[in-house]
Amino acid sequence: MNSARAQFLTGMKDASPLLIGAAPFGIIYGVIATGAGIPVLMAQAISLIVFAGSAQFIAAQLIGAGASGLVIVLTTFIVNLRHALYSASMAPHVKDLPSRWKWALSYLLTDEAYAVAITHYRDNVGEQNRHWYFLGAGLALWTTWQASTAAGIFLGTEIPREWSLDFTLALSFIALLVPVLRTRAELVAALVGGAVAVAAFGMPYKLGLILAAFCGIGAGMLAWRMGK
Amino acid sequence: MSLWLVMVVAGVLTFLIRLSFISLLAHGEMPALAQRALSFVPPAVMSAIVFPELLVRDSHLAMGPENHRLIAGVIAILIAWRFKKIMPTIVVGMAALWLLQFATE
Repeated sequence: MNSARAQFLTGMKDASPLLIGAAPFGIIYGVIATGAGIPVLMAQAISLIVFAGSAQFIAAQLIGAGASGLVIVLTTFIVNLRHALYSASMAPHVKDLPSRWKWALSYLLTDEAYAVAITHYRDNVGEQNRHWYFLGAGLALWTTWQASTAAGIFLGTEIPREWSLDFTLALSFIALLVPVLRTRAELVAALVGGAVAVAAFGMPYKLGLILAAFCGIGAGMLAWRMGK
Repeated sequence: MSLWLVMVVAGVLTFLIRLSFISLLAHGEMPALAQRALSFVPPAVMSAIVFPELLVRDSHLAMGPENHRLIAGVIAILIAWRFKKIMPTIVVGMAALWLLQFATE
């Protein structure tokens, strides 16, 4: 069952529950973007060009507030810096792929795609065609993001806040997080990363998230050393 | 700078961040210690996404029973731990949150 086709379909299947978490955010982004005065075509194009949820939210708010181009570019850059960690984490697994694959998979490397793909790579060491799995999961998320953006733009109505549909994102990541906690060191990394993220919540532009990631990694390394 | 240009630059930068290490590590191996460190990226980052969602409400730490998302989140963690599946975790977590909200209305 390691054929390209089987891997691709499994990737799509494994990503499918995450679509419930991603779709409400695509819709909310579409609503916010058009509400900020961004033309319809551009609002959709941003989802295609940038393809990064949190960065798009912040960019839309900045555009609405009349921020300068430089501020928007810098902010997007800082908000997306965490993806460099995903890139480093994914690099050893995809290093033998041709460039066109590296480009395609990099474009698709969102929080969700990373979480699904890295788990599959780690659980199926040495298996053939895992890049097709990554592509399948990435494209499922990509398609959902584009379609839900369009839905937000054209419906133009907010999902009522009291439905709390934004909570599906947290739940998605709980479902992805818990199974990767297999060793004491990984548990330590998660607890420290989470605690620092809460403590640094006031930091702007996801910088708290990046700080938390590094603290979590450091704590995990320490725990691993001590446990050896 | 036109808004289109701004967005294209932002998009290219985002892509380059994601491509960075994937492209750099074309040849050779990553040092074992670096690989070990990177193995902690998934737990560290994912919990850094999850914890504030459960514990911070209206930019304040909320650890009491009035924080429905914390209770629903803990239930979801138990479901995720027991069943290791995404869909039941989302369904039960959402149901728990709705029940709590409904019960306290």
